[in-house]
Amino acid sequence: MDERLLILMEKHLEGELTKAEQQDFENLLESNTALKKEFEEQKRIKEVIKTMKMKNPSSELWDGYWERTYNRLERGLGWLAIFVGVLILMGFASIEFVSRFYEDNNIPVFVKIGIVSLVFGFLVLLFSVIREKLFTYKTDKYKEIQR
Amino acid sequence: MRLQNKKKYRLSGSDIKEFEIHVKHNMKRAYYTALGFVGSHDAAVDLSQEAFIRAYRNYGNFDKSKKFFTWYYKILKNLCLNFIRDSKISRREMIFESAGNAVSVDNPADSVELEELKIKVEEALFQLSEKDREIIILKEFQGISYKDISEILDVPIGTVMSKLYYARKRLAERLRGSI
Repeated sequence: MDERLLILMEKHLEGELTKAEQQDFENLLESNTALKKEFEEQKRIKEVIKTMKMKNPSSELWDGYWERTYNRLERGLGWLAIFVGVLILMGFASIEFVSRFYEDNNIPVFVKIGIVSLVFGFLVLLFSVIREKLFTYKTDKYKEIQR
Repeated sequence: MRLQNKKKYRLSGSDIKEFEIHVKHNMKRAYYTALGFVGSHDAAVDLSQEAFIRAYRNYGNFDKSKKFFTWYYKILKNLCLNFIRDSKISRREMIFESAGNAVSVDNPADSVELEELKIKVEEALFQLSEKDREIIILKEFQGISYKDISEILDVPIGTVMSKLYYARKRLAERLRGSI
C-alpha cells in the first residue's frame, strides 16, 4: 500500500488526523473501494483488540518486585565472589602440589614426565577453547543473543 | 525517565538507588512486554527481572541521555527470543482478559461471545511471528506512542505505522470468519 495512505489510515485509527487530512482521507475512501475495505478491516481488528487487555498480576508482585530483583542481583555477586575465591585457592593448591611433587625424589622420573605431559595437554586444550570462545565473541554479530 | 551525565558504573549505594528508580518506573512495562513475547506469567516475571540484572551489570554502557527503557528493551527482547527459541515452556497460558468496558453484565450471551472471541484473538496473536506480535503488543496493549516505539525498535515512525498495519492485516487474515 502507498505509504501516504497507510500513514493517513493509521492516523485516522488513532484519531490524530487534522481536519484537512480527515477530509482528504474521506474523499479517498469514497473513491477507492479497495482502500475502504482495507480501512474497515483495520478498524474492526482495532475494535476487537480494544475489548481485550493483558491480565493484571497480583499487586503483591509489584510490591516485592524490586526486592526480589535486588536479591537475585546480590546472589549473583555472591556466586561470582565464590567462583573467584575457588579459582584463587585452586591456583594456590596447584602451585603447592607441583612444587612438592618435584621436590619428592621418591617419585620415578617417568611418572613426573607423564604428569607434566598430562598437565601441559590440559592447559593447551583450555587455552584453545578460551581462544576460540574469545574469537567467536569478537566476530559474532549475534553475540547479544544469549545461547 | 532521563538521567543526565554518564558516569562509570560502580557498585555504590547511589548507583543502586538510581537503578532502583529505573526498575520501579519500568517494571510493569517490562513484565507486560515479556508476557506478550512468551505468554507465561512466571516466565515473564523471571525474564523481566533477569533483564534488569543484566542491565545493572552493563549499566556503564548505558547512555544516560537516552531513555532507560529503550536500552533495557533490547536486553529483554533478546532474553525473550532466546527463551522462545529454547522452548522452555510447552504450554502457554491465557494472558488476556476482557477489558472492563467491554464486559456486558446485562447480556450474558454477549459476554460468552466476547470470551470466545478473546480466545480466538489470543490464539491468532500467538500464531503471528514475534515481530508482528511485538508491534501489536507495544501499540495496542501497552499504548506506547509511535514515537516511543520508533525509538525502542530503532526505526522511523513511518516504518512503525507500516509494520503495525501489516501485523494487523495478518492478524485479520487469521481471524477471517471469526470477526
